[in-house]
Amino acid sequence: MSIWGVLAINSITFGGLLFLLSAGFSLIFGLMRIPNLTHGSLFMLGGYVGASMVLAYDLPFWLAALIAAAAMAAFGGLIERFLLRRLAGALQAQVLVTLGIAFIVADFCLMIWSGDPISVRTPSALAGGTRVDGLFFPTYRIAIIVIAVIVAAVLWALLDRTRLGAMIRAGVDDPQMARVVGIRVSRLFTMVFCLGAALAGFGGLMGAPILTVYPGLDFDMLPLALVVVILGGVGSLLGSLVGSIVIGFIYNFGLVMVPELAYFVLFLPMVVVLVVRPQGLFGKQAP
Amino acid sequence: MTATRIGLLVAAVVMVTVPLWVPGDYYISVCSQILIYAIFALSVDVLLGYAGLVSLGHAGLFGLASYTVAVCLGAGFGHVAAIAAAIGLTLAGTAVFAALSLRTTGIGFIMITLALGQIAWGLAYRWVSVTNGDNGLSVAHRPAPFGFQLDAPSHFYYATVVVFVLAVLATWIFVHSPFGASLKGTRDQPRRMNALGYHVWLIRFYACLFSGFLVAVAGILFVYYTEFVSPPTVSLTSSAEPVLMVISGGSGTLFGPIVGAILIEIVKNVASAYITRWNMMLGAIFVAIIMFMPEGLVPGTMQLVRQLLKARTKTVATVEPTSSGPVP
Repeated sequence: MSIWGVLAINSITFGGLLFLLSAGFSLIFGLMRIPNLTHGSLFMLGGYVGASMVLAYDLPFWLAALIAAAAMAAFGGLIERFLLRRLAGALQAQVLVTLGIAFIVADFCLMIWSGDPISVRTPSALAGGTRVDGLFFPTYRIAIIVIAVIVAAVLWALLDRTRLGAMIRAGVDDPQMARVVGIRVSRLFTMVFCLGAALAGFGGLMGAPILTVYPGLDFDMLPLALVVVILGGVGSLLGSLVGSIVIGFIYNFGLVMVPELAYFVLFLPMVVVLVVRPQGLFGKQAP
Repeated sequence: MTATRIGLLVAAVVMVTVPLWVPGDYYISVCSQILIYAIFALSVDVLLGYAGLVSLGHAGLFGLASYTVAVCLGAGFGHVAAIAAAIGLTLAGTAVFAALSLRTTGIGFIMITLALGQIAWGLAYRWVSVTNGDNGLSVAHRPAPFGFQLDAPSHFYYATVVVFVLAVLATWIFVHSPFGASLKGTRDQPRRMNALGYHVWLIRFYACLFSGFLVAVAGILFVYYTEFVSPPTVSLTSSAEPVLMVISGGSGTLFGPIVGAILIEIVKNVASAYITRWNMMLGAIFVAIIMFMPEGLVPGTMQLVRQLLKARTKTVATVEPTSSGPVP
């Protein structure tokens, strides 16, 4: 019984990390129509940068997480401004450029941080466990869940309750009409790209104590983000949240029950959704 | 047209005489590798250039063919059975791939093929009982078709040349057939094709199957070439390389992917001799070509040549305006 409880907590934790990754991915895709293939790389690079801040400069974990997020936001902004912007309209070229950057980042990380996995210790305040209803849970995992919920709430408030959010939603629904009514959609592009990159970088360090940071983390996480977005629907925050948790459960339970095929069973919800509802559970249009 | 024929003749002579003038077995093997990757690139080009569908999961199918051969041989089957099984299984895999990814086109297609390719990688890496995980599978010996031993690099090279020529011919016939024309129609004007009564989805599906057949051939050659297959063969890098070959050489041509394969394989082999950062270079070439020569090297160069020729005839025409024939 308690094994299943722990597994469930792990699944939700992993779902929370996936949400940090895929919320930005989904927003970028929804607004700019670019599947940003550097997203996994931003997650990994954020993890590496944050881990270096903690291990080499002895910075507090949360400060390092913020630095990682800021660094990825800046990096994402540069990619958007100097590469993707110049290819406006050429979607295929944009996808392939992001893939090229992903290869460069992967090799760069291998060069700087070597091939050994880097693990970061959980922040001391969150080490140990918490007793919930007679079961003992690692505090750090609960903290990730709390953070994911807070990020989801903040993003929801931003998108649904502010003027900026209304502009972004207008850009997602109909970019041309949004331009006509005077919204600077290109500036929204940069902002959303930076926001998505920051979330991915933040998630990278948040995941470091659990997943460790290792070469190949980028292309381990990217397909998961893709599957989440296909499952949940493009540009939908709720879709990302539900999709992340579903994938978190399938992945973790798959790892325990069919360890050799864990990666394969992820494929099943995607197949079902593609066949039954191609636009995703909460999506408005097909990807 | 004569220029094309001379070009083909030169290419044929160069291809046949390679083992005579290339210094050493290593370089003959590199030539085999180029031809194998050229077939791989052609299979990607059938979809990318003629159907407008970018697949980032083709290494999954390539690996499926390679792994099937290795697993079948390991289980004690003969070469004919292993090759037949590889082609059959890869075609079946392609059908599943296509059925899922053809639910969308454009970006959706890229995303779904990428996810499917990564799932194939995950299987190769983690399904240890079949694929032997990270250690990969090796193939004990190459086949001997019609009693012709393929163990020597030059012998294997000639076998590869034969398969390569057949593959190029098949692709030429395929894209120049009425079916190829209708495929190009679905790329440029899917709605009109639909209105004209063509079954757009089915045309794309058949194109995927043909592409799957070519990639199976490339995968089978590859596993016999390296006599080994491991998860990196199925990785995303491995899917991206043929896409880069097609785009750098020029998509929608038969010549482009071959030129791209020659270029990328040479860069890869030369680069790996001097630096270990191949992926970084691959990424940088990718970004540079897409930013600066998006239409590819072959069409780009041809356009440049045509412009130069035009500029020349123009100057001639201004000197003697009445000498040329009727204005088109």
